[in-house]
Amino acid sequence: MNRQPVLHPGLNLGSTDEYSHAQSEPVIFGFWVFLMADLVLFAILFATYASMSVQGQAGGPSPTDVFDLSSAFIETMLLLSSSITFGMASLALKYKADRSHLVFWLVLTFCLGAGFIGMEVRDFWIMTQQGAVPQRSGFLSAFYMLVATHGIHVTAGLCWMVVMLLQLLVLGRTTQVKLRLMRLALFWHMLDIVWVCIFTFVYLFGVAAL
Amino acid sequence: MTDGHVDTYAQDFRSYCIGGLLALVLTGLAFGLVIFEILPYFERLLALAVLAVVQIVVHFRYFLHIGWHSHRDDLQLVLFTSLILFLMVGGTIWILFNLYERMM
Amino acid sequence: MTSESFFSLLGTLTPQDISFVQTFENPVMSEFIDGAAGSVLVIGAITTAVLLTYYRGWKTLWFDWLTSVDHKKIGIMYIVVAFVMLARAIIEGVLMRYQQSIAVNDPGVLTPDHFGQLFSTHGSIMIFFMAMPFITGVINYIMPQQLGARDVSFPLLNAISLALTTAGAALVMISLVVGKFSTGGWTAYPPYTGIEFSPGEGVDYWIWSISLTSIGTTLTGVNFATTIYKNRAPGMTLFRMPLFCWTSLCTSVLMIFAMAPLTIATLMLALDRYAGFHFFTNDLGGNMMNYANLFWLFGHPEVYILILPAFGVFSEVISTFSGKTIYGYKSLVVATMSIAVLSFTVWLHHFFTMGQGANLNAIFGIATMLIGVPTGVKVYDWLLTMVRGRIRLTTAMLFSIMFLVTFVIGGLTGVILANPPVDFAAHNSLFLVAHFHNMVIPGVLFGMIASYQFWFPKAFGFRLAESWGKASFWCWSIGFYLTFMPLYALGLMGAMRRTVEWFRPEYLGWLQASFVGALLLFSGFILLIVQLIVSVRQSDQRRVPAGDPWDGRSLEWSNSAPPPEYNFAVIPEVSGQDAFTRLKQQGQAYASPTDYEDIAVPKNSIVAPVIGVGAIGLGFALVWHIWWLVAVSFIIIWGAAIARSFVTETERVIPASKVRADHEAWLQQVRESATAPREQEDTSTNVGRAEVIA
Repeated sequence: MNRQPVLHPGLNLGSTDEYSHAQSEPVIFGFWVFLMADLVLFAILFATYASMSVQGQAGGPSPTDVFDLSSAFIETMLLLSSSITFGMASLALKYKADRSHLVFWLVLTFCLGAGFIGMEVRDFWIMTQQGAVPQRSGFLSAFYMLVATHGIHVTAGLCWMVVMLLQLLVLGRTTQVKLRLMRLALFWHMLDIVWVCIFTFVYLFGVAAL
Repeated sequence: MTDGHVDTYAQDFRSYCIGGLLALVLTGLAFGLVIFEILPYFERLLALAVLAVVQIVVHFRYFLHIGWHSHRDDLQLVLFTSLILFLMVGGTIWILFNLYERMM
Repeated sequence: MTSESFFSLLGTLTPQDISFVQTFENPVMSEFIDGAAGSVLVIGAITTAVLLTYYRGWKTLWFDWLTSVDHKKIGIMYIVVAFVMLARAIIEGVLMRYQQSIAVNDPGVLTPDHFGQLFSTHGSIMIFFMAMPFITGVINYIMPQQLGARDVSFPLLNAISLALTTAGAALVMISLVVGKFSTGGWTAYPPYTGIEFSPGEGVDYWIWSISLTSIGTTLTGVNFATTIYKNRAPGMTLFRMPLFCWTSLCTSVLMIFAMAPLTIATLMLALDRYAGFHFFTNDLGGNMMNYANLFWLFGHPEVYILILPAFGVFSEVISTFSGKTIYGYKSLVVATMSIAVLSFTVWLHHFFTMGQGANLNAIFGIATMLIGVPTGVKVYDWLLTMVRGRIRLTTAMLFSIMFLVTFVIGGLTGVILANPPVDFAAHNSLFLVAHFHNMVIPGVLFGMIASYQFWFPKAFGFRLAESWGKASFWCWSIGFYLTFMPLYALGLMGAMRRTVEWFRPEYLGWLQASFVGALLLFSGFILLIVQLIVSVRQSDQRRVPAGDPWDGRSLEWSNSAPPPEYNFAVIPEVSGQDAFTRLKQQGQAYASPTDYEDIAVPKNSIVAPVIGVGAIGLGFALVWHIWWLVAVSFIIIWGAAIARSFVTETERVIPASKVRADHEAWLQQVRESATAPREQEDTSTNVGRAEVIA
C-alpha cells in the first residue's frame, strides 16, 4: 500500500480510490469550514441558554421540573451508536467494492437517527402537555430553540441520507457520490459532538441543579 | 504535514471501536455522576464539563480523524474556531451575568 | 379581517398596503415622497424590461449572465446590485439631511414614521445591500485571477450566494411599494422591534431580507477561504500572494464566523414575533440586552468585513501608482491578521451605556484602542510605499490619498469614543454618526470606488474617462467633509441621532451646511454614472486589449482585457511576490507557452436563479404570513438543490486547439502594440501594454 497523505478531515479514501482522494481536498475542506460556522451557531445558542436557564425561568418550570434523564440517556445511546454505525458505513465506502454493506450501515444509521428524533419529539410533546411550552418563559424558549435546532440539523441529515441512498441506486459509487457521503459523515459526527454538549450542559447540568 | 498513515481496514476499524468505547464510558460516567449524586455540586459540574471536553476530543480524534497528523490547514481551522468560540461564549456569559446582577 | 389559515391566499396583505393607495388616501407631503420613490422603482423596472425587449437582450441576460457560474460575471452582477442600491440609499440620506436642515422648530416634510423607515433602510441597504455586495463582487472578480486560478472553489455555490443577496435586496425594494419597512434602525433592537411595539410587517421585512443575505455571505466566506487555501497557482505560497488576497482571506474568515450570531439574533426575534417566544420580551424571562450582545458580536466583525477589502484595494492601488512594491509586506500581513482576530474582542464598545460594570467596560475599551494599532501600522506602510515612489495622480490614487487623511481622522474619533466615560456622553449622538460615516465613506466607499476605477479596464477592455472620475472625486471628498464635520460639532452640542425634528435654533446653520454637503455627495454619485455613460460611448478611444494599462504588479494584469472565460490559457508558475512585475522584468510576460491543454469549465446552471426566485417568494410569504407560499417556496429552493445533485454532466471542455488559437492571437496583438510609458497612460497611446521598467 502506498503512503497517501492525509488531505482532509474524516476518513481519507487514500490508496483505495486515488482519483477520488485527489479530488477530495478542496471539497471536504470547504464543508469543514462550513461546519465551523455551524458550530458558532450552536455556541451562540448555548451561551444564550446558559444565561436564560438561570435568569429566565420567570417563575415557571425549572430544568429539574421538566428534564427526563432516562429519555436523554436513551437518545444519547441512539445518537452515539448511529455515529458508530456511520463509521462502519464510511469503512464500507472505503474498503468494500460493492454497495450492499454501505447501504446496510446507512439504513441502520438512519433508523437510529430516526429513533432519536422520534424520542425527542415525544419528549417535547410530554413537556407541552405539562405546560412547559416555549411561550412560558425565556428559559424554555432558549431550551426549545437549542435542542430543536440540533433536531432540525439531525432531520436534515436524515433527509440527506435518503437522498444519498437514492443516488447510490441511480448514480452508483461515483466520485461525486463518495465525496457527498464523506461530507455527510463529517456532518453526522459533528452533530454527535453538539449532542455531547447538549446532554452535558442542558440535561445533566439542569438536573444536577441545586 | 503530508506524511500519512498506511490505510488498512483493521486500523481504521480499530479507530471507530476505541472511539465508540471511550465515548460510551465517558457518557456513562457523566450520567452516573448526576444520577448517583457523586461529588459536591460545583465539583460535579466541573467534572461533567471535563468529561464533555474529553469526549469531544475523543470524537475528533477517533471519528473525525483530526489530530497532530492532520493537514495543517484543518488543524489550524479547528484551533482558530475554538478561540472564536471561547471569546464569543465566554464573553457572552460574562457580559450577561454582569448585566443581570446590575440591571435585573 | 384576513384569516391566517394555511390556505389564505394573501395572508395579511390588503390593498391598503400598496404605497400608491396610501398616497391617494392620505395626500400629505410625506406620502407623496413615498409614492414618488415607489414610482421611480416601478418605472425603472418597467423601463429596464422595455429596453431589454427593444435591444433583444433577454437571451443574453439569461444565458450569459443569470445562469452563469463564472466568478467574473458573478462579480460584475454583485457590483451592479451595489450601484442600484447605492442610488436608493444615497437619495434616502440626502432626504434625511434635507428634513433635518428645515425641521428646526418645524415638523418638516417627513412624518416621524417615514423618517424612521428612511434611517432604517438607509443603514440596512448601505451595509447589507451596497457595501457587502460591492466588496463581494470585487473580491469575486479579482481574487481568483490574482491567485492564478480559473475560478473559485465552488462556482455554483457562488451563484447561489449572489441569488440570496439579490433576493434580500429585492425584498427591500418591494417594501418600498408593498407595505412599510421597519422603523427600528439597521440594528432593530427589541423590545421596540418585538411584536408588541412593532406589530406590522416592517420588522419582518428587515428580518427576512437580512437573513437571506447573511446566509449568502456565510456561504461566500466558505467559498473564498477554500479558494485561497486550496486553489492557488503552483509556487504561489501564502506569502507570495498579493495583499488584496490576504485581506480577502481575512475577510472571508470574518464572514464565516461573524454571520452566525446575526442569523441567530434575527431568528430569535422572528420566533418572538411569530410564535410568542420570550428571548427579548420585557416579561416572562426575556432579556433584551442579549440582543444587543448578539447583534454586535456580529456587528463589530462586520465592519471589519467591510473595511479589510478596502485596505487590500488601497495596497494594490498605492503600490501600482507609486510604481513601487508595497512597503512592509510582512507587517501588512501581520496587521491584517491581528485586525481580524482583534475584531472579535471589542464588540461591547457598541453598548458601553447598557449597564455593565466599569471593569467590563474598561477591558473592552482597552481592546478597542488596541485595534487601532495595526491599522496605524498599515497607514505607515502605505505612506512609506509612496515615499520615493514615482506617483501618478489617477482617480484611483486620488481616492486612496484622500482615504489616508480622512480615515485617520475617523479613527481618532473612534479612539475618543473607545473611552467608556467619554462614550457615555457621546453615545448615539451625531458625534457617533459622524464617526462611523468617517470610517465607511473614506474607508469602504472610497476603496470600492477606487477598485472600480482601477479594475474597470481589466473587466471591460476600456478605460474610464479620467476627467469625470476626478470631478466625481472632488465632489465626494468635499461633500464628505461638508456633510459630516458639522455632525461632529452638533454631536458635541447635544444633538442625538435618528431625530426628525429639532428645537434648538443654534443647530440650524450646521444642519444646513450638512445638507449642502449631502447634495455634493449625491453629485459625486451622479458624476460616476456620467463617467460610465461617457466612457461607454467613447470606449473605442480608450481600449486596452493588451490588458495592462497601469503597469500592474499582480497576475490579473497578465491576461487580456476583458479576460478569457478561463482566466489563463496556461496556469502560471509563480516564483515570488509581485508575480507579474517579475515576469515583465524577465521578459517572460508575453512569451508563448510550450504546451496547451484542454480546459474544463463549469456549465451554466438554472439552479441559482431558481433559488433566487424561491428566496424572494419565501421572504415575501413570511412577511405577509402567506403560509402556503412559504411551503411552496421552501420546496422550490430545496427541490432545485437536490435535483441538481443528480446531474452528472456539469462541465464542458474547451479544446486545447481553441485555447491555443485564442491565446496566440492575443499574444500576437500584444507584441504588435506599442508600449505606453506610465506618463501617457491616460492617452490613446495606452492600449494596455505598459513599458517595462527595470
